[in-house]
Amino acid sequence: MLREFPKRIGYDDPLEIYLSQLDSKLLSDYKISKRSVCLLLLEEDKEILEIVKDKEKERINEILNIIQEAKQHYSTMLSYIISQCRQREASRISNRVMGFKEGRKLSFKEQLSKILMNPFFGGPILLVVLYYGLYKFVGSFGAGVLVNFLEVDVFDRHINPFMINLINSTIPFKLLRDLLVGEYGIITLGIRYAFAIILPIVATFFFAFAIVEDTGYLPRLAMLVDQLFKKIGLSGRAVIPLVLGFGCDTMATMVTRTLPTKRERIIATLLLALAIPCSAQMGVILALLGDKPWGLIIWLGVIILVFLLVGFLAAKIMPGELPTFYMEIPPLRLPHFSNILRKTLSRLRWYFWEILPLFIFASALIWLGQITGIFDILVKLLQYPIRWIGLPDKTAVAFLFGFFRRDYGAAGLYDLKKAGLLSGNQLVVACVTLTLFLPCIAQLLMNVKERGLRMGIAMSVFILFFSFSMGYLVNVILTLLKVAL
Amino acid sequence: MLSEGAEEILEALWIEMQEQGKKSLDLGASRDEPAIDELIKLGFVRRDLGHIHLLEKGKPSAIACVRRHRLAERLLVDVLDIKKKIMNGVSCKFEHLLHEGLEDNVCTLLGHPKVCPHGKAIPPGKCCLEKKSKKQIKLVAPLMELEVKDKGQIAYLQAKDTSQIQKLISIGAIPGVAVTLLQKFPSYVFQIGHSQFAIDKGLAQNIYVRLIK
Repeated sequence: MLREFPKRIGYDDPLEIYLSQLDSKLLSDYKISKRSVCLLLLEEDKEILEIVKDKEKERINEILNIIQEAKQHYSTMLSYIISQCRQREASRISNRVMGFKEGRKLSFKEQLSKILMNPFFGGPILLVVLYYGLYKFVGSFGAGVLVNFLEVDVFDRHINPFMINLINSTIPFKLLRDLLVGEYGIITLGIRYAFAIILPIVATFFFAFAIVEDTGYLPRLAMLVDQLFKKIGLSGRAVIPLVLGFGCDTMATMVTRTLPTKRERIIATLLLALAIPCSAQMGVILALLGDKPWGLIIWLGVIILVFLLVGFLAAKIMPGELPTFYMEIPPLRLPHFSNILRKTLSRLRWYFWEILPLFIFASALIWLGQITGIFDILVKLLQYPIRWIGLPDKTAVAFLFGFFRRDYGAAGLYDLKKAGLLSGNQLVVACVTLTLFLPCIAQLLMNVKERGLRMGIAMSVFILFFSFSMGYLVNVILTLLKVAL
Repeated sequence: MLSEGAEEILEALWIEMQEQGKKSLDLGASRDEPAIDELIKLGFVRRDLGHIHLLEKGKPSAIACVRRHRLAERLLVDVLDIKKKIMNGVSCKFEHLLHEGLEDNVCTLLGHPKVCPHGKAIPPGKCCLEKKSKKQIKLVAPLMELEVKDKGQIAYLQAKDTSQIQKLISIGAIPGVAVTLLQKFPSYVFQIGHSQFAIDKGLAQNIYVRLIK
């Protein structure tokens, strides 16, 4: 109904005359209203001008003349005049329905807002938010308590045995049974992974993220980090996908769509794949290095260094438009519980729709790798770089599986650590390499989906070489400095 | 000193050559103007049938004429707030009054603008190159040079590419709007109406503000 009777903004009289003159010259179909095309022409929109040039070949000179005449009529750019008219209309509407109290003192909210935008308090506040939101709530509660319950109590005790029995008794082909309920089956691994591990972690993360988002903290954080981010080719706006990456890199890669330029999207995707550990991975790394504070510090230092260095270099060599930053800073608000719940649920639904097929696909790939023996070959191949960075051969399995399930790789290391096969230095080297190593397969597929096949593959090859080189470097430096952790 | 007519011709010649890429100016109806002889005598231009060409010697004067015209426009629109329709006529007379030194004062007063109200480049003068050395009182200043809590009205936006202007327009930063600077570091934060916006340095340097005491 609205489409039939759009609200029309009245512009200045001369502008309306030029608009109707232009309107009469546009005879082709533009899919959007002709009035919008005319307005865009007057605002000197380059894209629309090209389209009109193409479609109105015979009349283009007359059209250009009208635009020229309109421009000469006003002393400033027409886009100002047009937006001034729009603004006038908008305030006319808002003034009818809104009122403001004047002359208040600086309220508590405004003072808090000032503190949040203060460059000196910004850092400590961010640490507090990350500690409680990410580490405590998502890490300990989501990835710990909830995952334990769903994976062990629900899947291992009930769903998996039930499905295995059901499939075994109904499907006579072993190959097909393996595909569905084998060690890496679609149900026993793919579905279980999606529901028992990803779901609770991502749900808690989305919940925490929605709270942070609804308070209005993120634009303030973006505004604080913008200058730093410019150095790595991003604008402050990119803080949102990068923070999301601490929850799940795959989803964060999807969210890079919100960045305005292709250059920013590529750099953000690369940094997410390389240097932002997802919550599943961070949980296990904290467990691995938890009793070695120095190891943890070295790991963190190397990852931060890589993040900044790779970003800096990518910004240097990537061609394209430099990022600009502009963002509204909304007032601080106390979030509504119902809004947060609704947001979390709708995001989870959207996320699952995109992610679940990828996990099923990954399970099928593992199944294929196992039955064809490709996995054994890959493990053998991986042993060479593994030896090169000073790790025992057995870690190759952990690395390969880490690709299919990022935390699984780290969990494999955990078993090796318990068996006493890894020294402190080797643990740090392994953690650094694994964090930087190829993202999980879901993220690889997402990279290809979002950035295209060529860019996705190129990034993966770069990451493969870079992660092992960094592992090698850390190993050499630790040895040279005679550090034994 | 050049006559008004000669200045107009130099200005038109420069615009034709520099901004529209033509080689010469068609004299058309004004082929018998005495001002043309004046310019030829000074060695500023060369006549070629119905056209004139700008010579090397005339370039500095031509640039100065363009500069004066566009500075006059800025002054009239931004500071004197003259009604738009009569502006071109007034500024045509006004520009001839802006001579030696006076034009640089106007330029400084306006905060060394880089474009005229139509968005065309204003050739820089001596004062623009020296501006960093002295701190002067300005009526119109770039947003970046304002102090926190300064209030003003956006006088104009300048940018080389229109996409930057579009971004500013999209957040409502358009000429005539009241603005208060809230923060300068690490990003520029300002208030327009009841909304606050953060922008980077690159965008902030495109906003020129008429200060309100």
